[in-house]
Amino acid sequence: MNNLQAQFVTAFVTEDRWKAYLEGLVQKTYVITVGALAFGIVLGILVAVIRTIHDQNIGRNNWLINFLNGICQVYTTIIRGTPMLVQLMVFYFVIFSSSRAKVAISILALGINSGAYVAEIIRSGIMSIDPGQMEAGRSLGLGYTQVMRSVIIPQAIKNILPALGNEMITLFKDTSLVTVIGVTDLTKVAQTIGAKTYSYFMPMIGIALIYLLNVIVLTRLLGILERRLRRSDRT
Amino acid sequence: MTELNNNVLIDVQHLTKAFGDHVVLKDISEHINEGEKVVIIGPSGGGKSTFLRCLNLLEIPTEGTIIFDGTDITDPKTDINKVRQHMGMVFQHFNLFPNMTVRQNITWAPTKTGMMKAEEADAEATRLLTRVGLLEKEDAYPSSLSGGQKQRIAIVRALAMKPRVMLFDEPTSALDPEMVGEVLEVMKELAEEGMTMAVVTHEMGFAKEVGNRILFMADGVIMEQGTPDQIFNHPQSPRLQDFLAKVLI
Repeated sequence: MNNLQAQFVTAFVTEDRWKAYLEGLVQKTYVITVGALAFGIVLGILVAVIRTIHDQNIGRNNWLINFLNGICQVYTTIIRGTPMLVQLMVFYFVIFSSSRAKVAISILALGINSGAYVAEIIRSGIMSIDPGQMEAGRSLGLGYTQVMRSVIIPQAIKNILPALGNEMITLFKDTSLVTVIGVTDLTKVAQTIGAKTYSYFMPMIGIALIYLLNVIVLTRLLGILERRLRRSDRT
Repeated sequence: MTELNNNVLIDVQHLTKAFGDHVVLKDISEHINEGEKVVIIGPSGGGKSTFLRCLNLLEIPTEGTIIFDGTDITDPKTDINKVRQHMGMVFQHFNLFPNMTVRQNITWAPTKTGMMKAEEADAEATRLLTRVGLLEKEDAYPSSLSGGQKQRIAIVRALAMKPRVMLFDEPTSALDPEMVGEVLEVMKELAEEGMTMAVVTHEMGFAKEVGNRILFMADGVIMEQGTPDQIFNHPQSPRLQDFLAKVLI
């Protein structure tokens, strides 16, 4: 018992080490999660809409749509077909080898990765909406994009919120991969302190609990959001 | 078609529509005059709904031209959104927007198209909701409404754009029998006010009472047309006689 307490003190209290964990969590893990998530959702919506337009044959032999659709397909294939860890290293060591903006590169790499998955989730959401909704919107004289934005996407988001929540949680945990390019995120902090104190037990169990706690809170928040969005179903 | 003898609002010339090899509409030429109430009847699969949906280009005609108020809407250069702002449409399955309240459903299009300011659209929504007796539902979401209420809101939503013509695609077919009346009532009032209407329906009573002209469609063509008296009391083609025998018990 004393031993555990001593380990805890070494891992978290001595030299104010808890500040390092907190900094790693807030300034790196959170920032990268939120940044990548925002980027991924924007990218995902874009790709999903392009692929839906193509599949519903709205652009009818429009070379631009065909071309964009081709790019989107290559994008999803490559991203879903290679490990995220490899993608991250390709971005850092190959594409942006001259840049040291680690956090920005992490956001970019994770965002692009997440976007491919989000795109498929959103596409399934869009396809789940009755085509009559688009027809009703168009019959009132609104353009495709406007109906998509005000009518289809809001309903689609509601339907896919559970899947999107999963993606969010996965992304949050996957930020620990940025350790390999030297970002001092929560995992990296634990690794460093473990090495410094010759004791990995507390730092690792400690951050595992921190990740877990965050995921639990996130799940709760998503549950509340989902209930709020379902408001229009009941009343 | 000449009894009202005024401006042609919609002129359909040689309209053909095919889905792949399946030809649904075969070289139809027809027109709807301003203020006219045209009711389209006929067996399922005869092309009634497709014909109606071609009028506002929800279905793109394979061949032929449709002139609305002097504009060739089948011309790819025509801004179809602008044209549709003047053509209201009511669907069999209502298609209200479930993510918006009743009031938002009504004010969305007029404000987003820039046709009205928010206050104007709100005032118009209040006026229309009062008219159909659903003002107390303004903040409700469509999921809490009955079928008849939904369809009345859908009619109001289309009316908020102040359309020149209203297209009704089997507006009562998805309703429970006891709710058909309230929807037909709103449509009758609309007809009395002089709205130009094209109605696809199985409600023969409504067709008789409200229609100026009945079109009988089957096998992708307009087989017979005339006044309600001509169509219902003196049907000429065996096909129409057969159809009426089945629907009018």
